[in-house]
Amino acid sequence: MHFAEPLRLQSGAQLADYTLMYETYGVLNADKSNAVLVCHALNASHHVAGVYADEPKKVGWWDNMVGPGKPLDTDRFFVIGVNNLGSCFGSTGPMHANPATGTPYGAAFPVMTVEDWVASQARLADALGIDQFAAVMGGSLGGMQALAWSIMYPLRLRNCVVIASTPKLTAQNIAFNDVARQAILSDPHYHGGDFYAHGVVPKNGLRVARMVGHITYLSDDDMAEKFGRKLRNAAESNDYKFDFGIDFEIESYLRYQGDKFSEYFDANTYLLITKALDYFDPARACDGDLERALADTRADFFIASFTTDWRFSPERSREIVEALVCNRRCVSYAEIDAPHGHDAFLLDDARYMNMVRAWYQRIWDGLDRTTTENA
Amino acid sequence: MNFQELSSVRPDLAFIAHWVAARSHVLDVGCGDGAMMHYLQTDKACSGYGIEIADDKLLESARRGINVIQQDMEKGLAIFGDNSFDTVLCLQSLQMMQNVEALLRDIVRVGAEAIVSFPNFAYWPHRVALARGRMPVSKTLPYQWYDTPNVRCATIFDFEELADECGLEVLERVALAEGGRPVSFLPNLRGSVAVFRLRRKERPATRP
Repeated sequence: MHFAEPLRLQSGAQLADYTLMYETYGVLNADKSNAVLVCHALNASHHVAGVYADEPKKVGWWDNMVGPGKPLDTDRFFVIGVNNLGSCFGSTGPMHANPATGTPYGAAFPVMTVEDWVASQARLADALGIDQFAAVMGGSLGGMQALAWSIMYPLRLRNCVVIASTPKLTAQNIAFNDVARQAILSDPHYHGGDFYAHGVVPKNGLRVARMVGHITYLSDDDMAEKFGRKLRNAAESNDYKFDFGIDFEIESYLRYQGDKFSEYFDANTYLLITKALDYFDPARACDGDLERALADTRADFFIASFTTDWRFSPERSREIVEALVCNRRCVSYAEIDAPHGHDAFLLDDARYMNMVRAWYQRIWDGLDRTTTENA
Repeated sequence: MNFQELSSVRPDLAFIAHWVAARSHVLDVGCGDGAMMHYLQTDKACSGYGIEIADDKLLESARRGINVIQQDMEKGLAIFGDNSFDTVLCLQSLQMMQNVEALLRDIVRVGAEAIVSFPNFAYWPHRVALARGRMPVSKTLPYQWYDTPNVRCATIFDFEELADECGLEVLERVALAEGGRPVSFLPNLRGSVAVFRLRRKERPATRP
């Protein structure tokens, strides 16, 4: 969907006009009360669930969560997935032409914040005629967007579902992000962000960025169990190679992940999104007081974290819970004892899925069904 | 859930529910399947939260539609501010705690009032079992000694002493028989469950 009205950004810059890619699942009811917005994390898109007819292998990134009969049941709810501005899956981003110059934005694409994304999503909701979402939901960076929704537009969502997220990054998180950015920025093919004009891609930088990121999404135990010190091609030879190629299985795995990622992801997008992560800190405007930052929220909250997630640890989710409890908001919190680190929010775990399912049942029970059933 | 439903599933909870004022803000520490909070929310228009550590109980609570927070109460109630609840419930959970005293102090810190219940170890069938040289196993202590979650055994008299040491005033003390009926004659002998309604004394207790 194209938006002709300029979007003023937190940085002071503005986007003259922009396009948002979005996808919907299920049917919007007559009083438009069953809409759920799903916000995506770093490398995902508007393609939340299902497959496209012409691309049967491209399964949506949260397909285990969203769909008919799934925890977020699209037989009941009208689910919207939206691709964030600055991303590289169709919404306006650094690879698109800057209307002022006619050439790709590149590094000139304005740095965006989580709040800027939420403001752009609110315009999409306006255009779709949705005054109030039944829920806004997201994991990780998507959870930040859901939280920002509850602060910026308290009356436009009845429920806020924040999974494996945080009210702000720690110094360690920011450090990892900066290593990733430095990998991209120092790649000679980056060309100050204008690599499109040079017909190259800073693949090595992207690769390293993804490798670093990927390490932080897994837990130490999970990695030990999956890879341990297993050698690659151990069946053929169990000897060290005594060079700088691939010895261990984990090296091979990370390089494969990095290669795959660098094929499809945009370097400028990676820079932009990690900055949005770093800047997110809704308590900053309230002298660091998260309780005050959440004082005007009106939604009911479901918060979940995973015990082995050291990227966005349970402590961070508990900070959100504490601030909500102090404000006497309705909040439920699940701390799932899953082994998979940050990635657990994308994986199947019966305890996690059942809690989300119970929460959407509660939302469904709270919907005015007389109108829903007539829809 | 209405009062009759609560009485039939948990007669002990039904008795305790009388002590919770309508529309009060309640914290249920160790809320289990959430039956009590659900009743208080639907029938008495109370607000608040349950705290539960076990995954299966957490899910049951969530399915009842109450606000439930997964947390180990052994780690205390630090996320809750002083006096942030009208009533804090801790029903049939205290005896499972390592740090009973610390939790009890935390309970009366966050709540204006507390209602605490636990199995009475001095209940006469328990005394009979011990007299016969065996650990008691009963409706309120349904576990064998080697697999019980109850790591603390207390009687009504013992708890009164701890409450006093913690600077707590006992507002009400009731022993319940197995059907949830209050026992007034020889409560420490005839009551299987002890229930206390407590609050902090006006003046802090003198330290030893």
